Amino acid sequence: MILYDKVSKAYPSSGLVLQDISLTIDPKEFISVVGHSGAGKTTLLKLLLAEEKPTDGFVFFESTNIHRLAQSEMNEYRRRIGMVFQDYRLLPNKTTYENIAFAMEAAGRTDEEIAADVPHVLELVNLSGKMWNFPHELSGGEKQRVAIARAIINQPDVLIADEPTGNLDPLNTNDVIQILQKINELGTTVILTTHNKSVVDSIGRRVIVMEGGRIIRDDTSGQYAL
Amino acid sequence: MFRTGFVNFWRDGFISLASVLVMTITLFSLGLIIFSGVILKASLLELQDKVDVTVYFLPNASEEAIHSLEKTVETMPEVKTVEFISENQALDEFRTRHENDQVTLQALEELGYNPFGASLNIKAKNTSQYESIAKFLDKKSELSQGDSRIIEKINYYKNKAAIDRLTKIIEGSQKLGFALTVILALISILITFNTIRLAIYTYREEVGVMRLVGASRQYIRGPFVVAGILYGFAAGVIAMIIFYPLTIWLGSTTANFFGGINIATYYIDNFFELLVILVGSGTVLGGVSSYLAVRKYLSV
Repeated sequence: MILYDKVSKAYPSSGLVLQDISLTIDPKEFISVVGHSGAGKTTLLKLLLAEEKPTDGFVFFESTNIHRLAQSEMNEYRRRIGMVFQDYRLLPNKTTYENIAFAMEAAGRTDEEIAADVPHVLELVNLSGKMWNFPHELSGGEKQRVAIARAIINQPDVLIADEPTGNLDPLNTNDVIQILQKINELGTTVILTTHNKSVVDSIGRRVIVMEGGRIIRDDTSGQYAL
Repeated sequence: MFRTGFVNFWRDGFISLASVLVMTITLFSLGLIIFSGVILKASLLELQDKVDVTVYFLPNASEEAIHSLEKTVETMPEVKTVEFISENQALDEFRTRHENDQVTLQALEELGYNPFGASLNIKAKNTSQYESIAKFLDKKSELSQGDSRIIEKINYYKNKAAIDRLTKIIEGSQKLGFALTVILALISILITFNTIRLAIYTYREEVGVMRLVGASRQYIRGPFVVAGILYGFAAGVIAMIIFYPLTIWLGSTTANFFGGINIATYYIDNFFELLVILVGSGTVLGGVSSYLAVRKYLSV
């Protein structure tokens, strides 16, 4: 489904941040990417989102080189990828409902479809009672659940979660991980980056360890080891 | 797109207010440029209207010959108006002008005849055209020399230095007015663009998020352009409202000092034209500035 083919990425200011990465991700996998800060985890995800272009190598999504997509194809492609950020990145002037709805509007969905789907996805992330609250009226855990709801509202093939529990307490961390697992069980591929050992160990799925821009371990047994 | 633009305009109260206020100042300046232009034009017209060329005829010149010349002059493209003043009108005007000067009037009575000849007052469309009118009259040499001579004198050459100076002042004022208008208009455009760019700068991360969820450029840009148009619309309307009491207050002053133009009357008579200019400029500036400003953040 996803293939990183000998991918390297260098920035003029910081040099090589990814070196010769080759990685295959199959449909419905749940992958945790772990590593110290600066290991290249976020860059790996940015390449998949086509937010950055590789200096060398290629990234394929279902046999398509995503960095050669035309603008309209890129929009279509990104609607098949859900993204959750550590800092939530919700739109502050929109309510919970509107934050989720705008992702559907962007995908060209009708008002009727939006009205039907948004309450449903809010129920999935246990936020039915917060539909008309603005982000500043929500806790960190609630904001992250809104971000997850926004990421999955268009039923993406892949959900990317970049340190989604980095700002959360253990209780909210557990809630978020359970939601991600539920989404994965429903058939969505999940790629998670985290520093949290207990999170990785509790998931018990494939773990990729990165260091200095390289993959140093690809462990299907699901153990966090640095 | 429209709904989102309206909602964003309303919810981002402080940013919208700041943007509208700055654009109001910009459009107010644009309005001042328009009013200054009107006042300058009226003043220059008044000055121009005070200049004319007078052709004085000999007392024995026949009215037929004078009217023939009048008709010829009227056909000249440079000529705005030609006024015939008969010998009797000239005498009456002299008497009126010297009604308090008994010595002069008594001397006139002692002459026993009307010493004044008829004259033609010629006004050109532009002060720079008097010279060509005077040259044309000079070429009618048969009217100025010899037995058929009817023209006594043309006062252009006596006033040439003053007319030339006035022409230079008028042309200089027009050029300066145009240059100032262009400079102020450019400054207004830059201020508007920067104001909206700053307003949109606060949304740069949101634009990035929208791109990453697969929103099209048009979908992202639309609400910003709508909000920019709303800023311009609101600012244009506010500027028009401010001009109402201001023009009323300054109206009589401008009427007295600047060529009789009352800007309050001008404001009322040209209300819809001014509204279209200010609100139209505001909406176009707001929309285009937003379109250009958001483009920078769409490259993710």
